[in-house]
Amino acid sequence: MPWDRNQMAARAAQELEDGMYVNLGIGIPTLVANYVGDKDITLQSENGMLGMGPFPFEGEEDADLINAGKQTITELARTSYFDSAQSFGMIRGGKIAAAILGAMEVAENGDLANWMIPGKLVKGMGGAMDLVAGVGKVIVVMDHTNKHGDSKVLKACTLPLTGTGVVDRIITNLGVLDVVEGGLKIIETADGVTEDELRAATEATIVD
Amino acid sequence: MKKVYGTAAEALDGLLFDGMLIAAGGFGLCGIPELLIDAIREAGTKDLTVASNNAGVDDFGLGVLLQTRQVKKMMSSYVGENAEFMRQYLSGELELEFNPQGTLAERMRAGGCGIPGFYTKTGVGTVIAEGKEVKQFHGEDYILEEGIFADLSIVKAWKADDTGNLVFRKTARNFNPPAAMCGKVCIAEVEEIVPRGELDPDGIHLPGIYVHRIVQGAHEKRIEQRTTRKREEA
Repeated sequence: MPWDRNQMAARAAQELEDGMYVNLGIGIPTLVANYVGDKDITLQSENGMLGMGPFPFEGEEDADLINAGKQTITELARTSYFDSAQSFGMIRGGKIAAAILGAMEVAENGDLANWMIPGKLVKGMGGAMDLVAGVGKVIVVMDHTNKHGDSKVLKACTLPLTGTGVVDRIITNLGVLDVVEGGLKIIETADGVTEDELRAATEATIVD
Repeated sequence: MKKVYGTAAEALDGLLFDGMLIAAGGFGLCGIPELLIDAIREAGTKDLTVASNNAGVDDFGLGVLLQTRQVKKMMSSYVGENAEFMRQYLSGELELEFNPQGTLAERMRAGGCGIPGFYTKTGVGTVIAEGKEVKQFHGEDYILEEGIFADLSIVKAWKADDTGNLVFRKTARNFNPPAAMCGKVCIAEVEEIVPRGELDPDGIHLPGIYVHRIVQGAHEKRIEQRTTRKREEA
């Protein structure tokens, strides 16, 4: 069985090490916070916060305390606040160890497309371009294929790029791949998914 | 010099003109200068270019200036929450310059620091880099981005003293300090103005040198995505 959303998030959480400052994107990446266990992880919210806490209890929402997805959240004992220029200063300056992001397409050279589909409603890139250009490690979490069954792990992206050669690791419902010299390397497959099935769902070059 | 004004309209007096560039603080609907936006709507100033991370929602924040067609161009990183924005943009009535969020913040900060341009890796190899100078540093490509020098900055803070020293609250700080810095004139609307000496000098988030006019008022502070968790059953 391929991994479901929560299993993908749990697998992505294994990438995080004690002491890391990490930025989680919207969607499945947000779920990663539920699986960090005892590890000492500080979550950054790029609208100006380190040490993001869980959603507030009903009645305790604060309009001045939101995450980058504009959801109400809470602070922790370790929390600090700062402005957007400093927030992206720490992102651009390489101080954030890793970003876990969703994607529409990833290419074998590490190119990432996750912000725009030409001809469709364009909402904007938000902080995605800054994050992928600046953080230490970019981990993509996404379904391996789109709803038509086409691979999202490609030889070259077809959509407008968010960044070039930025992705380090791809975690999909079928397994885990690393961007290496010459293509992608299979690190593991999801429980019950064979390497042949993973290869068949992947357009990108797979190297041994 | 008197910085405190009675109303947002009075604080804006003599500063507005058609075709001007306004930098606005806020992220989503959090920490937005809602009173000044409403007063600009009342003033009817047209052909505005607005540098702001987002464009509000249809009936709140910068969205109200879109409803009245006062905005000619937006410089933003994300505009997905505003249907009227999308309608005007797709029909060609509204110009849009997408800026990566960190690039937009740094363009404001740089403008406020007298830095006309800076190089960044953000956007290299993407549509954002089109038409921009590329320069190599340490073997890697960077693109040139320009500082923003606004005619007017409108920001929201939590508290001010009468000299314009500002304190923000939690994530409502966001774009407000860089937006405040990049304007020729900056107006801050706040929830409370306290006498000088009441704010801890070590706890000032933005020194009053950047703030020319202050107005106090009641803020709606609308929540865009109310998310909660259940209390554990006792």
